[in-house]
Amino acid sequence: MAKKVGIEVSIAIADAAKLANVDVVAAYPITPQTHIVEHLAQLVADGELDAAYIPVESEHSVMSACCGASAVGARTFTATAGQGLELMHEVLYVASAMQFPIVMTVANRALSAPLSVWGDHSDAMAVRDTGWIQIFVENGQEAVDNVLCAFRIAEDQRVLLPVMVHLDGFYLSHVIEPIVLPEQSEVDQFIPTYQYPLPLNPDKPVTMGAFAPPFIYYEAKKAQEVNLRAAKEVIIECWNEFGNRFKRYYSPVESYRCEEAKVLLLTMGSFSETAMTAIDKMRGEGKQVGLLRLRLWRPFPFKEIRQAVKNAEVLIVLDRALSFGGPGGPVCSEIRSALYQQDRKPKVISFIGGLGGRDITVAGFEEIITKGIEISQTGSDQEFELFGVKE
Amino acid sequence: MTKREDELTWKDLRIGSIVAEPGSASQYQTGTWRSQRPLFDSSRCIKCGMCYIFCPEGCVEQNTEGYFEANLFYCKGCGICARECWPQAITMVEEEE
Repeated sequence: MAKKVGIEVSIAIADAAKLANVDVVAAYPITPQTHIVEHLAQLVADGELDAAYIPVESEHSVMSACCGASAVGARTFTATAGQGLELMHEVLYVASAMQFPIVMTVANRALSAPLSVWGDHSDAMAVRDTGWIQIFVENGQEAVDNVLCAFRIAEDQRVLLPVMVHLDGFYLSHVIEPIVLPEQSEVDQFIPTYQYPLPLNPDKPVTMGAFAPPFIYYEAKKAQEVNLRAAKEVIIECWNEFGNRFKRYYSPVESYRCEEAKVLLLTMGSFSETAMTAIDKMRGEGKQVGLLRLRLWRPFPFKEIRQAVKNAEVLIVLDRALSFGGPGGPVCSEIRSALYQQDRKPKVISFIGGLGGRDITVAGFEEIITKGIEISQTGSDQEFELFGVKE
Repeated sequence: MTKREDELTWKDLRIGSIVAEPGSASQYQTGTWRSQRPLFDSSRCIKCGMCYIFCPEGCVEQNTEGYFEANLFYCKGCGICARECWPQAITMVEEEE
């Protein structure tokens, strides 16, 4: 029987990759994800994990090595953050288009300059359109659970796509939490044996990554789009199956105290837990507020978002990234676009906050909600509000 | 696959656009890129094979009489064979119409 232990989230993630019995880890250290790959290196060196550990010279090589490993049919894992994710950028598109089911945890970090190792979602938003399945988690347990789910989703023969599991750098990666690590036998039953349908094999040669002239490139992109969208049903199926087995439940859009809520706040990642405390406080004061947490970022859960907000009058979206010179928050801009054609929709107010490791406290979330309600009534000449910036 | 390449739809593609038949690149006609073609004059050709060696496309072949000629299905008309042919047996001519 699995028991709860106090463990650093990064170490628990590495242990989850070990439980998933990965074959290959290619990695380059970068704060704040270093402890994940450092612990995996230790596990391999100590003979506790029978895997090939490839220390490479950059993140571009990390993702290239992961593609190669995945192409021969190896179960492949890596982790990165911030600039590291940016350096592997071009290869991310290759991994998804070539349908390599790599699993990668991203300890979300701000992007330079100025240099910052602290957390926000700028790195995640910069890789939004790379064709990966992308899941955000709120705490250490969710990180472990979703790393396990990620392997099952990625390697499902109906999907065969890489998966990023986003967790907030430092806020999650470096904290010690009580976490249940499932037993090996439970994980073995949950994640089936993996077989890539057309692996690199000298006895049965195939061409991977061939060039596509204009007569076929477009069709390849359509196939990719259909596949990623269709993955949503498999992701939901996997989370349901995980819930049946482990009694912890996940869904694309999760709600907290949304019953009869006229005003909804939407967050992604670990800030959601602070926001929950703010919601509790405001509910205690008799205010009809609730919280939505967007867990599945790609494929985007249009149906679930529309369903979740249909009775609300105001929807306040907190982004932790800034699209310079554009609509502001990438999450808010997608939600606005998802709701634009709907007959019944809330007023959508965009907030940006928590950039580069700036905290948002419980009182901060209360302020965001109060200000958001005010803007919904008075209107604003700004596309978005930058919360907590010193004027 | 039984369909011609240019008739393939998105549903016909294998996972990750993998090509499962070896050598399929030989079906790709690069000759359409050409704006000039090489003309081989067998009266000047000494069968040295320099054109064969230098052709970056590997599309110069030797015929049964031992003379060299370009396979125009692949020849991109780069003119390297004409430049390297020291007996000047190869002339590049415009592909007009």
